[in-house]
Amino acid sequence: MMHIIGTWIAAGLTLAIFSFLYKDNPFYKFAEHLYVGVSAAFAILYTWAFDVWPMLVEPMFYGRGAASAADRWILLVPMLFGLLMLSRWFPKIGWLSRWAIALTVGIAAGLGITGQIQGILLPQVAGTLVPLTSLDNVLMVVGVISTLVYFYFSIAQKGAVKVGSRLGMIFIMVAFGASFGYTVMARISLLIGRLYFLAYDWLHLVR
Amino acid sequence: MKKEIPLAITFLTGVIIVVTFFIPHQPLGGMQQRLLIWYSIVLGFTLLLGVDSLLRSNLQKIMRRAPGWPYAVVVVAGFLATLAAGIHTWATTKDLLSLGSSFMYIYTYMIVPLQATMFALLAFFIASAAYRAFRARTLEATLLLVTAAIVMLGRVPVGAEIWDKLPGLQDWIMEIPQMAAKRGIFIGVALGTIAMSLRVILGLERTYLS
Amino acid sequence: MKFFEKLASIDRRIIYLLLALAVVVPILLKLVLPITVSEPVKSAYAAIDGLSDGSVVMVSIDYDASSAPEVQPMLLSVLRHCFAKKHKVVMLGQWPLGLPFGEIGMTTVVDEINRAAQSPADSIRYGANYVNLGYRPGYRALMVGLGREFRDFFATDYRSAPVDSLPLMRPIHNYNDIDLLVGLEAGQAGDEWIQYAGARYGLQIVIGATGVVAPDMFHYMQARQIKGLIGGLQGAAEYETLMQHPGTGTAGMVPQSWAHLLLLAFIVLGNVGYFVMRRKKA
Repeated sequence: MMHIIGTWIAAGLTLAIFSFLYKDNPFYKFAEHLYVGVSAAFAILYTWAFDVWPMLVEPMFYGRGAASAADRWILLVPMLFGLLMLSRWFPKIGWLSRWAIALTVGIAAGLGITGQIQGILLPQVAGTLVPLTSLDNVLMVVGVISTLVYFYFSIAQKGAVKVGSRLGMIFIMVAFGASFGYTVMARISLLIGRLYFLAYDWLHLVR
Repeated sequence: MKKEIPLAITFLTGVIIVVTFFIPHQPLGGMQQRLLIWYSIVLGFTLLLGVDSLLRSNLQKIMRRAPGWPYAVVVVAGFLATLAAGIHTWATTKDLLSLGSSFMYIYTYMIVPLQATMFALLAFFIASAAYRAFRARTLEATLLLVTAAIVMLGRVPVGAEIWDKLPGLQDWIMEIPQMAAKRGIFIGVALGTIAMSLRVILGLERTYLS
Repeated sequence: MKFFEKLASIDRRIIYLLLALAVVVPILLKLVLPITVSEPVKSAYAAIDGLSDGSVVMVSIDYDASSAPEVQPMLLSVLRHCFAKKHKVVMLGQWPLGLPFGEIGMTTVVDEINRAAQSPADSIRYGANYVNLGYRPGYRALMVGLGREFRDFFATDYRSAPVDSLPLMRPIHNYNDIDLLVGLEAGQAGDEWIQYAGARYGLQIVIGATGVVAPDMFHYMQARQIKGLIGGLQGAAEYETLMQHPGTGTAGMVPQSWAHLLLLAFIVLGNVGYFVMRRKKA
């Protein structure tokens, strides 16, 4: 029974959102606002259940996952930084949140340097170093180099650079076209998902 | 205090992370792991940042009976009901993914249809845009359009029914010219990210503090 | 000329209606078309199939309802494949709002297998054959940290059970104990898995991605940074075909085809109208 009621609620909300296609209306606005409220509660609950509880409360107060007393107490540091992050709620001490932001930005930047070199630059350059024994390989190498030339803004766009840049533009357009095609596919798939739900789960038109 | 301490924190943490990449041995390796754990914990708190302003603005709207205030009631009621269901589920099962719970009921029958349908709307907008704005005005636009058409046909079963070489052509576009351009873009982005990260660590880039 | 002028001013709602019909009619008629399997999906399948029985596969749920129609059928097929090969599955997620999709997918497949099980040995049990670790914030920091020790982030599973109480997790400490990661991606997390877990620790990776993300994965495929790629709903349908277990991926491919044809017709009509009008103005 609860499942049937739920399916009707879901169908009603689906149609309420779709009604925006006709024009903006109270049903759509209701559904949109409901989504905002419900998701905000999710953010709080998941922060508690998957962050604060297992990574702070359990190790600090129950000793779970903490090898020593020092391991427990040092967690006061990230807890403090986490609370500092929330100082933005209070305009007078909002500047303290910069400390917490600085911590995350510093770590992310440190990871970014090594990650981009090891995870992108080296393997992707290595992948481009192929023998030019086939048309595909030639095209690929030309495509990579000319795309880089196109984005190399700090050099005058004339002569060979201009030709390279123009060639790069052609490759980039092909890439954007391909991405557009895939994006269309993705969006249609989502529509299929919703209409499938209405026809199958709600109206039982398809078995 | 307001600038120097954050800059010092960024410098120290950034340097430790880079150095421990090269020297992962103890005690540096342990220090790196500790920082990563702290990052994970602190980042979780950012999820909460938006909630405060959202609730505050909606409550103010209700108090002032501002235009559209009944929708603000929907936001607050949806928030409170979900929070109550979540707290109840957590208190009784310690499992917020428990499929039979009231919390998951809200997820399955409210969040999923709302979020999924919002994104499904984009299919309609993209169709309308394709009809009105997708014009072969220049060589570049034509190239984009032709590639998109080949990919859209070649990537679905009907493509092979129309012309049996279409899927192969689509695969080739994705694997050679498309891939080459994306690789160029990703290498460019990587170089940019490295430069920006260095500037951040060295304190030359400070926009994140504003 | 009048025809094209009228065409140019056609109401957007008629376009919407036509698109809805192009999707609904084939769904109702339950039409199907043969699915041809592409190389990247064959490679993804081979990566799971080629592992010795009983290997540990980690599945990352990095999507939510906004892309579930594309990615959820991939999850179902991958789980069916893993369990058919007797692999063990460690599930976790980078998108908190998508975690329930992992749980729903896992429950669906586990129930399906356990219903058909002839003996207890054929059935799948939590803690022995699969676990769900849940979610921790952190993305790249988490991915690097797991390379050292899972317990530093996941001392407990998603329902607060200590991981060492789960037999499957006891021998798992870092990526050396994971044979393959299947990242199901709707955003940046896939890149980060590849850059931070793959490149740094040599973790073998297969990516299942939405249509929006998939084009940005081909350069990783060429550079052998990933072992396979399942792209979009078509990719999901291809994996279902390989598993000989058609699902919503396969069912979606006729509506998908019709919608693409309709969109192309829109583009052609729009352009013909544009050029005719432009010539007239000139």
